[in-house]
Amino acid sequence: MEDQNKTATQALCYHCGEDLPKVKYHTADKDFCCAGCMAVFKILSDNNLCNYYVYNNNPGRQFKNESHLEYLDEPKIIEQLLDYKQERSSIITLYIPAIHCSSCIWLLEHLYKINSAIFSSRIDFLKKQVTISFNHTEISLRQLVETLNQIGYEPLISLQDVVKEHSSSVDKALVLKIAVAGFLMGNVMLFSFPEYFGLSGFERQFQSLFGWLNLAFSIPAAFYCGRDYFTSAITSLKHRHINLDTPLALIIAVLFLRTAFEVVLSTGPGFADTLTGLVFLLLMGKWLKQRTYHHISFDRDYRSYFPIAVTSLLNGKEKPVSINEIKIGDRLWIRNGELVPADAILMKGEAWMDMSFVTGESEPVHKVLGEIIYAGGRQTCEAIELEVIKPVSQSYLTGLWNNDNYKNNTEKQNFNDTVAKYFSLGVFLTAFTATTYWLFQNDSHKAWSAFTAVIIVACPCVLALSTPFTLSAILSVFDKKGFYVKNTDAVEELAKCDTLIFDKTGTLTSNENAEIGFNGSLTGEEKSMVASLLRNSIHPLSRHILKALNVDRFYSLSDYKEVVGKGLTALINNHSIYAGHLSMLPIAVESASESGVHVVIDHVYKGCFDIKQLWRSGLAGLILKLSKFKLKVLSGDTDKDRWMLDTIFTKNTSIRFRQSPHQKLDAVLQLQQQGNKVMMLGDGLNDAGALKQSNFGIAITDNINNFTPGCDAILKGDALNFLPDFIQLSKDGLKIIKTSFAIAIAYNCIGIYFAVQGTLYPLVAAVLMPISTVTIISFTTLATRWFARKNKLI
Amino acid sequence: MSILYFLVGCSVLMALIFLAAFFWAYKTGQNDDVHTPGIRMLFDDEIEAEKSEEDHFSS
Repeated sequence: MEDQNKTATQALCYHCGEDLPKVKYHTADKDFCCAGCMAVFKILSDNNLCNYYVYNNNPGRQFKNESHLEYLDEPKIIEQLLDYKQERSSIITLYIPAIHCSSCIWLLEHLYKINSAIFSSRIDFLKKQVTISFNHTEISLRQLVETLNQIGYEPLISLQDVVKEHSSSVDKALVLKIAVAGFLMGNVMLFSFPEYFGLSGFERQFQSLFGWLNLAFSIPAAFYCGRDYFTSAITSLKHRHINLDTPLALIIAVLFLRTAFEVVLSTGPGFADTLTGLVFLLLMGKWLKQRTYHHISFDRDYRSYFPIAVTSLLNGKEKPVSINEIKIGDRLWIRNGELVPADAILMKGEAWMDMSFVTGESEPVHKVLGEIIYAGGRQTCEAIELEVIKPVSQSYLTGLWNNDNYKNNTEKQNFNDTVAKYFSLGVFLTAFTATTYWLFQNDSHKAWSAFTAVIIVACPCVLALSTPFTLSAILSVFDKKGFYVKNTDAVEELAKCDTLIFDKTGTLTSNENAEIGFNGSLTGEEKSMVASLLRNSIHPLSRHILKALNVDRFYSLSDYKEVVGKGLTALINNHSIYAGHLSMLPIAVESASESGVHVVIDHVYKGCFDIKQLWRSGLAGLILKLSKFKLKVLSGDTDKDRWMLDTIFTKNTSIRFRQSPHQKLDAVLQLQQQGNKVMMLGDGLNDAGALKQSNFGIAITDNINNFTPGCDAILKGDALNFLPDFIQLSKDGLKIIKTSFAIAIAYNCIGIYFAVQGTLYPLVAAVLMPISTVTIISFTTLATRWFARKNKLI
Repeated sequence: MSILYFLVGCSVLMALIFLAAFFWAYKTGQNDDVHTPGIRMLFDDEIEAEKSEEDHFSS
């Protein structure tokens, strides 16, 4: 068994588990796929941390380029990031997306072995956070982050500090309220037992004691645990609008008042048990609804895309500044791989901007001096100098984000709130009719008890419970399949959608895998030379091509030169060799395509490696299943793939190319104005506006830890084929909620039958309420599972 | 039977103590992360006594 394991792992990199290239890096009996992985291994073994590899096979992640961290030396920025600072120690919480297994926990909690200035580090696995306390006089924050980078755990520090917003995903006060409500409910039930079973003569003396105790326990139940219902009811009434909290607040109030009157006037035991039980269950439902997922953050805006700081030039000197402080007229120094944070004019240097965030087109665009570069562009060439013409908050990108259209979207009505209106109306009608009847009969005592009893028994608590229970069960089914929905309300929106809009790049095609083809011809000898050259670069394209070439012989080279992101040159056996972008070719070539990696050997053009995006598998079947929806494709790319899309989609699907982010947004708006409920599927920042505007926006991603735009749901690329099932299950979910509502009404009718006669005894209420609750909760749970199985999702 | 008055008081007091204990545990963050400690306890102690002694002398 052990031998098998060994041979299986031998073909993989010891550190990251990637397939090994033909010629591998080898040290201390272990094979590595790249120099980066080997370097991490060396650091770990030098510091006696090789236990890292004990807990999992290949626990590491491939080593990436080091980023610029000068900004972490700025006191102002440090201050914003630190949780706590004292004379000699600081505490910081960092978000590290690479945390994925128990080895990561082990290693990151042993950071003190790598640097003695680190006192301790604690991991929160689900939130992917590490809290580090360190001596800031011995190690600076920048050095700390560099240490983390070196071992392959690069923290993600963005302007909208992900870490700090995550910490309160479940309301802390709510949990405390649940604890109190549970305590009250348990005690009140104990004190109510004698009442249920009847009191014999000599026990009567305790009746008033239990009554008063129950009243005492009802006070915190109504006014501490149930306070949110009152505030919510009052605010909604102020806006002349009834939500589900309004009848709930009324019921809590009536239950409390009736208990208080009965105990004070010693006319009966009151409804303290119903009150505390109701509050406890309601809060439980609320908690279930709030408990969304820790590991993904949805409410992102443009700020999460931008780095926290950028290098500015002040009198020719580089100085990192925080993005909020950028003013018009500032000179920025943007290096290879960095984002332009604000609209700016190119002042110096060669700009090849990757505008894929903005337009969806990943091919770099050449900009000449004096041209405007919009925020969101990524420089792929040498460093450039820019002059800011608009502050960050007014740039093109943020303009798109803060579009006025979004404001209409805030009042999404869910099923509960719609029903609550009619429900409250019906309850009041019944209650007043019963009261009037008994008043005509001159029985004011019965009138009062009928009025309160109707309100108590017609409790919509089932509605307040069945929705969160059903929808969270559906959410967890989705979650297991790689579909992460923001919250329970969003599931209802999903069920209503009738129009689907697809983005092309990254949505219908996959960004992770690419097919590599070569236009031209290379002899075996030349292949080895190209491979020997590419082997020295850690650029992802080089690695892709190297793998595709599959060569097992390498030459040594001299005069190696790499222009990051542009190309490589070197001398091999007196042959000069170049591989890279068209713009850097040493000779002029006319009929070459813009994209791809071009190869020139000894000033002779040999051809280029073409990188084709791969279409996601099963697309045709997916589109067929979705044929009952209106479909549309909006691509920011050129129409070079039109024929492929035409074969996948039916003829009447509208397919548009070269769509700017604003055009995408307008298309969604237009469809919505025609009364359609629109679902948008996209991946990049260029879809961000449309995703946000749509009724249900899905961000497709191949790695859920990558930054995704603000949306209602995140869908893993390989789960795209389940989309029709997801939509169907959400529709079934709404059916379940409606059925459970019907069941609840049936129970209520029994209760109301007693209530209008003024003969609702506390015992009846105490039995009826839990029975109806248990029925509803078990019904929703079982029905959800049944539907999930029917849709083949579990 | 008046002992019951005392016993009821005791039971409420006990329940209150438990409630307070829960408040304390929650406020001190013992429920913040319920996943990681479960993994953490599975890590073995490293048995490298000789090495650590060496380190003591050299530093």
